[in-house]
Amino acid sequence: MVLNRKQAPGITDPAAFELQLRKHDYFELDNGTPVYAVNAGAQDVLMIDMVFYAGNWFEEKNIVAATTNFLLKNGTSKRTAFEINEHFEFYGAYLNRNCYTDETASLSLHTLTKHLPELLPVMSELLTDAIFPEQELQIYKQNQQQRLRVNLKKCDFVANRLIDEYLYGFDHPYGRYSSAADFDAVQREDLVQFYQDYYTKGHCKIFVAGKLPADIQQQLNTAFGHLPFRKDKLAKAHQIQPAEKKVQEIINDAAGVQGAIRMAAPAINRHHPDFPRLQVMNNLFGGFFGSRLMANIREDKGYTYGIYSYLQNHLHETALMISTEAGRDVCAATITEVYKEMQLLRDELVDDEELSLVKNYMMGTILGDLDGPFQIINRWKNYVLHGLNEQYFYQSIEAIKTITAEEVQALAKQYLQEDQFYALTVV
Amino acid sequence: MIQFERFVLDNGLRVLVHEDPSTPMAVVNVLYDVGARDEHPDKTGFAHLFEHLMFGGSINIPDYDEPLQRAGGENNAYTTNDLTNYYCQVPAQNLETAFWLESDRMLSLAFSEKSLDVQRKVVCEEFKEHYINKPYGDIWHKMRELAYKVHPYRWMTIGKELSHVEKAHIDDVKAFFFKHYRPVNAILVVAGNVQVEQVKQLAAKWFGHIPMGDQYVRNLPQEPVQTAARRQVVEADVPVDAFLATWHMDARLDKGYYIADLITEVLGGGASSRLYQQLVKEQRLFASIDCYHFGTIEKGLVAVDGKLAEGVAIETAEAAVQAVLQQVQEAVISEQELQKVKNKTESVIAFEDMNVMSRANSLAFYELLGDAQLMNDELQRYQEITAEDIRSYSQQLFAQTNSNVLHYLRKK
Repeated sequence: MVLNRKQAPGITDPAAFELQLRKHDYFELDNGTPVYAVNAGAQDVLMIDMVFYAGNWFEEKNIVAATTNFLLKNGTSKRTAFEINEHFEFYGAYLNRNCYTDETASLSLHTLTKHLPELLPVMSELLTDAIFPEQELQIYKQNQQQRLRVNLKKCDFVANRLIDEYLYGFDHPYGRYSSAADFDAVQREDLVQFYQDYYTKGHCKIFVAGKLPADIQQQLNTAFGHLPFRKDKLAKAHQIQPAEKKVQEIINDAAGVQGAIRMAAPAINRHHPDFPRLQVMNNLFGGFFGSRLMANIREDKGYTYGIYSYLQNHLHETALMISTEAGRDVCAATITEVYKEMQLLRDELVDDEELSLVKNYMMGTILGDLDGPFQIINRWKNYVLHGLNEQYFYQSIEAIKTITAEEVQALAKQYLQEDQFYALTVV
Repeated sequence: MIQFERFVLDNGLRVLVHEDPSTPMAVVNVLYDVGARDEHPDKTGFAHLFEHLMFGGSINIPDYDEPLQRAGGENNAYTTNDLTNYYCQVPAQNLETAFWLESDRMLSLAFSEKSLDVQRKVVCEEFKEHYINKPYGDIWHKMRELAYKVHPYRWMTIGKELSHVEKAHIDDVKAFFFKHYRPVNAILVVAGNVQVEQVKQLAAKWFGHIPMGDQYVRNLPQEPVQTAARRQVVEADVPVDAFLATWHMDARLDKGYYIADLITEVLGGGASSRLYQQLVKEQRLFASIDCYHFGTIEKGLVAVDGKLAEGVAIETAEAAVQAVLQQVQEAVISEQELQKVKNKTESVIAFEDMNVMSRANSLAFYELLGDAQLMNDELQRYQEITAEDIRSYSQQLFAQTNSNVLHYLRKK
């Protein structure tokens, strides 16, 4: 029999899949610290992610949160920075810390399961006995300033800072960024105070996943169950102050051959009933390789190596963001095409074939994303931090399966309005 | 231990199957034995440009991505100096869609002029984004040309210059395809929620009838042993002085490769490594510094790559790097430090193997090296290395005559 290669093999429509989100285990340490756990996987590895409400949301002075977070592992009264690094690296473990321009910061560990008992006590020590040596702070400042000098030459770096400032205002944690002078201004006392308030006596949530030892609860309790964490996060409010001017063109490097384009408008957050459907609309518009923006601006015009839109989800604010680097001479044309694609989605119903493709693609991607303990716990972490539960997962799936072309158009009319968007080009 | 089964189709296509019933997904990975090293010196960047064209439609299927996305799949590809690798992941129920798509583009591309025209522009933008419009973007172009005089590793996969990509012609595309993209020059790995019997049937059905093609015999000019130190100074519009040095190391399967890999860990793998601890933390000469290599199949380069702290003279920085390298040449490292870098290697392998896509990738790569089973012997090869191996290999590696030093300085 001759093979008919023009005929696609039959497929099972991923939109028909019944996806399940594996439940997490939950327990509390003696001090009430909540622990979310997913015990799964074939490799003898695990991750522990300790989330603290210690993001820049809570700092009184610029970059204190990020500096405190970075220097958590740079010395305790018992160990130098080198000894701490040497300890984790000896066991082939990765101890990372991250500070977000939001409420949270984290201290996370990836390790072979067998080494966990050697590592947890030192993590505990970092949370109670970090001393922030002056010398370490000086080195950090000096090196971060060098790094900043390099980054400020990059159009994408500059554009990312400015678009957030336009959306939220420089005085809001989401819109603020660092300067060389900020590094000069940070004092050791700022760090010690922030550390006391937001780590040692801060609010912490723990997420663990991987091949967990049978006594994981006991191990975590021994390490962290006696620490003086507070039961709830502290409350703090900030006002956004969006910029008035919507269109900005900045020359950062006169010799630049590309421009970084960022276009953004405020959008709804995950608690809004439209949100799951907005995600489908966003995918169709610019959320994946087969999207309208990519098909037009990369695959038809060749203006860019890549263009994406996404929903930038902070805990308190959300924006719909379009991001690309395009040839300098086609930056204006790129922005025009983005607006054209917005208009097309507002004016014309998407046909069934395209909509079903996006649905299938999203369902296949979620299926793939649910594969493996680290992916599952990351999804749960996201839900927990945003105050959502598993209902949100099933609502999202339902939204993908049932959204209609009319609903896509209605969402486009509401959230893809040209006059709502900032349009920034940084060359 | 990664289990797999291997069979070869009549047309020479090597097929590996790795069953993992714990995942709902299936991965199809097609590796072609062609990379930037196989390019003509006047037509560099072609293997990578070609990778883009593989998504521009095949002989029977106008668009690669659309049917894959409709089946719930995702895909990507990469080109290195050594090889080109395409991989996709689909829900296991839709495995056959991936076979259909991958086999049709192995059978023949559509050779669309429009696709070539657009992807030339896309690749030029990629070139600008990563190598022109970034401070230090051309540093590796310069270093490769300094370190290699003959071997095609002297250019980057993106190409030597934009004009090479801009000049690519559809006839070049066709010739390249029929020379390199033949079953006999490819390795197919199917992994995930699949069964060997099922893969045998699908492979025979979709790939079995593709003409074998001629085996590509690689005959590249070999780099003569470097006999004198090389240096270059570049001034550019960058905000911070940078230091980059390289030394020629052994090929992928030689014992020296594994030793060099551990040496890069001793020197630059993390915050407790020697270069970071001594030069960033203790002496405060560098703002950042790292030591690494690229894992190339043929003889590659070990690199030390750093940005200087403000106000430090490049000569001072270089002398300090030399002093750290001197230590590992003179004294054996402690058993504790040796154990550390071995433990790190064990850990890296375990984390890589978590992901079925990464396992499929690795199987294809080791099969290209000669035998996928090598993947399971890697850790053992590292375990056999002694502290004395590190000392003696460091002497050979870091010999003055084997060095290439680049000072990339802020224009005054």
